[in-house]
Amino acid sequence: MSDMKALANLMRELEDQLVVCMRCGMCQAVCPVFAETGRESDVARGKLALLDGLMQEMFKQPEGVNERLNKCLLCGSCSANCPSGVNVLEIFIKARAILTDYTGLSPAKKIILRGMLARPELFDRLTEWGAKFQKYFTKPANEIVGTSCARISPPFIGDRHFRTLAENPFHKVLPSLDTKPGKSGLRVAFYVGCLLDKIFPHVAQAVVDVLNHHEVGIFMPSDQGCCGIPAIASGDTKTFYELIRHNMEKFEAQKFDYLITSCATCTSTIKKIWPMMTRHESGDIRDKAEALAKKTLDITQFLVSEVGVRTENADSGETRDGIRITYHDPCHLKKSLGISSEPRTLLQSNSDYCFEEMPEADRCCGLGGSFNLHYYDISTDIGKRKRDNILSADCSAVAAGCPACMIQLSDVLSKGGDQISVRHPVEIYAEKVRKQ
Amino acid sequence: MNQTLLKEFQEKVGRENVFADKADMLTYSYDAAVLDPVLPDLAVRPENSEALGHVVRLCNENRLPLTVRGAGTNLSGGTIPVSGGVVLLTNGLSRILEINEADMYAVVQPGVVTAEFAAAVAEKGLFYPPDPGSQAVSTLGGNVAENAGGLRGLKYGVTQDYVMGIQFFDVNGELVKTGSRTVKCATGYNLTGLMVGSEGTLGVFDEIILKLIPPPAHHKAMMAVFDKMDNASETVAAIIARHIIPATLEFMDNFTIRAVEAYSNVGLPTDAAAMLLIETDGHPAQVEEEAEKVENICRQMGATSVRVAKDASERDSVWAARRSALSALAKLKPTLVLEDATVPRSKIPLMVRALEDIAEKYNLSIGTFGHAGDGNLHPTILTDRRDKAEWERVETAIETIFDKALALGGTLSGEHGTGIAKSPFLEKETSKATLFYSRKVKKALDPNNILNPGKIIGN
Repeated sequence: MSDMKALANLMRELEDQLVVCMRCGMCQAVCPVFAETGRESDVARGKLALLDGLMQEMFKQPEGVNERLNKCLLCGSCSANCPSGVNVLEIFIKARAILTDYTGLSPAKKIILRGMLARPELFDRLTEWGAKFQKYFTKPANEIVGTSCARISPPFIGDRHFRTLAENPFHKVLPSLDTKPGKSGLRVAFYVGCLLDKIFPHVAQAVVDVLNHHEVGIFMPSDQGCCGIPAIASGDTKTFYELIRHNMEKFEAQKFDYLITSCATCTSTIKKIWPMMTRHESGDIRDKAEALAKKTLDITQFLVSEVGVRTENADSGETRDGIRITYHDPCHLKKSLGISSEPRTLLQSNSDYCFEEMPEADRCCGLGGSFNLHYYDISTDIGKRKRDNILSADCSAVAAGCPACMIQLSDVLSKGGDQISVRHPVEIYAEKVRKQ
Repeated sequence: MNQTLLKEFQEKVGRENVFADKADMLTYSYDAAVLDPVLPDLAVRPENSEALGHVVRLCNENRLPLTVRGAGTNLSGGTIPVSGGVVLLTNGLSRILEINEADMYAVVQPGVVTAEFAAAVAEKGLFYPPDPGSQAVSTLGGNVAENAGGLRGLKYGVTQDYVMGIQFFDVNGELVKTGSRTVKCATGYNLTGLMVGSEGTLGVFDEIILKLIPPPAHHKAMMAVFDKMDNASETVAAIIARHIIPATLEFMDNFTIRAVEAYSNVGLPTDAAAMLLIETDGHPAQVEEEAEKVENICRQMGATSVRVAKDASERDSVWAARRSALSALAKLKPTLVLEDATVPRSKIPLMVRALEDIAEKYNLSIGTFGHAGDGNLHPTILTDRRDKAEWERVETAIETIFDKALALGGTLSGEHGTGIAKSPFLEKETSKATLFYSRKVKKALDPNNILNPGKIIGN
């Protein structure tokens, strides 16, 4: 049996999901990458046709399909808009895994994913060193946005304006917590996530402050691992399963009422991708993934639906004088989990702020994890459209419920020379409760 | 394709706009019709008129079949490059060149997306009525080439009623101008009429002049529920027979109602045999009067309930139900065949009954909905193409639907075009002489048969 035949057989696992696409082409209306390139292979319909082609053994080599499959933000805009309900993300993630198994992981990804990400302790140490030495290579770029840029332009960094690694990552500030519930009667596990820990520790602090304010018991184990999305998006199932096993040991579902995160991508990965990738595994891992997914909530959702945070003076007009703030809907919150009103409620809960909606608030910001590394130009062009929308809302701050989006918004706003700060909704609410 | 020719295409349209990788070719091998894909040899994406003309000329000189592709949402296979050759992408030609508010027309390049155009026109206080189901992605060039319709066809007509003129490249890459920016134009042959619906077989559009109209000031929507299918379809015929022309008069059968309700839980009556969704628009006084008449007709014809939308949000919910019909049906089975056989409006009751019989006879799931007011129903067959035995029954059922529509004095396609899906049946609808005449026109204008060969009139 030829190799491509073997690959075709593996792809057949996806056949029942692939045939659901009726090639209507409606995904062209919402795909942020297609809007920039106009190429059919960049939109879901084209990619699904290519996977079908692999299955029909139309190709002698898988590389052309693999390259096109990876040119995708995994934002889920297509799925959310698909008339026949094609589960695009599941198909793409599983296809990436099949293709990576077949072609092997690139050496660079091997080092990053298997050498670093798969070893949470080592990853923490490496980023701590990075935080110490980064000042020699970077210089401040935009004070309001809080970005830096490189003194020289090394590959991978280019002319990006980025948020530097925090001098004190959250795991140094607060290594672990195990507190009992107060009057709320609720106890949550706090899954911090890499970006909050290493780049936005003040957002993680805001989460802890808010939970303490409401007397919610917190279980936050030390030595947490990455949720696995960078690994599984690169088709690296080995690292992915190692990471979810590591995290499952840390977070045993019976110890808490909810597992909360303040990263849209982590929430959506734990809630959707963990069960999806363990559905056909035997016993333990599948049941644990199911149990955790059921308990997982985004922090904004937890605060609104479980703690009862409400908008303040939403219609009284008093808030009109506050700091003008707008909101960007992260794809992994709105399109993946249907969460869009809750973060807005948090922004409207603090009367020091005045909330203003921007046009196309739920259009992808263009980061897409490693997409930004491989296709920085397209990612930036998508980001510029987001920047234009932010500017048209005439605000001095923009919030997003996802640290990955916050990185992209910071880059495009900083490079545009805009004086607009980038916040997380929970920070805005924390400002209010800290005053009380 | 030889390297010299490839280079020549690259020189004309830019290296970044020429695609030849097999993977890319596979993504330009299909459209939305349920037909087998065919790979082209090359795809090119000109970004200006000049480059567009060069591509056409190069294809003709080298006897390369040329298929123009907008958004690839065609439902009759018109954009499948059945003879290989070159696929010409129009999404590099997507500028609205002019919206003239004083004279109420617009000039566009072929790759402009329909809904984006309609929105730009609305922003200027004008109205472009054609609204095909794929308008969020479909292109105006494609709409003109297919003579696309939509929900508003009944009162406002279809794409052909809004094309004032076209500038197109003939097969030699020479620019041909037809029509004008004036309301009236009686010079020359009516080549505009010939080009509309020609599916890229007679020329390649460069610029299109579109008519705009003032938007209606007032709307009123209602939903009428029937416990007998015949009562609903006879109501459609009765409204038209009383010479009332609603903007939209849509039909949904029980199968579709149940699918929509299961999918979106909007509170539709799942035990209803059929529903009509009706909207009148225009001057407020006229709208109120017409709406009242329509409501009375519905009741006289046996509607079990008629709900008139009281405000904009109720109106939206009426149309949300209709808009989700295709999605709701699509979720039931892997393959969806959307037909559009059309009959004179007085024959709607007979056609609806025939469709029920056909579904039963061939043991198929058919949901019927659509633009009943203009006689254009969408019997939607739900199947799995991998099930060979069922697929054979589907093909027979489609032919039976065609035969029935023709027997009732109708047509094979109201708005999806002939393409390759319906070209074998064209003679049935017309005559041998008609086909012969059409082939002579094609032969004269495209002697090498390179412009979307095989479409409409076969080979």
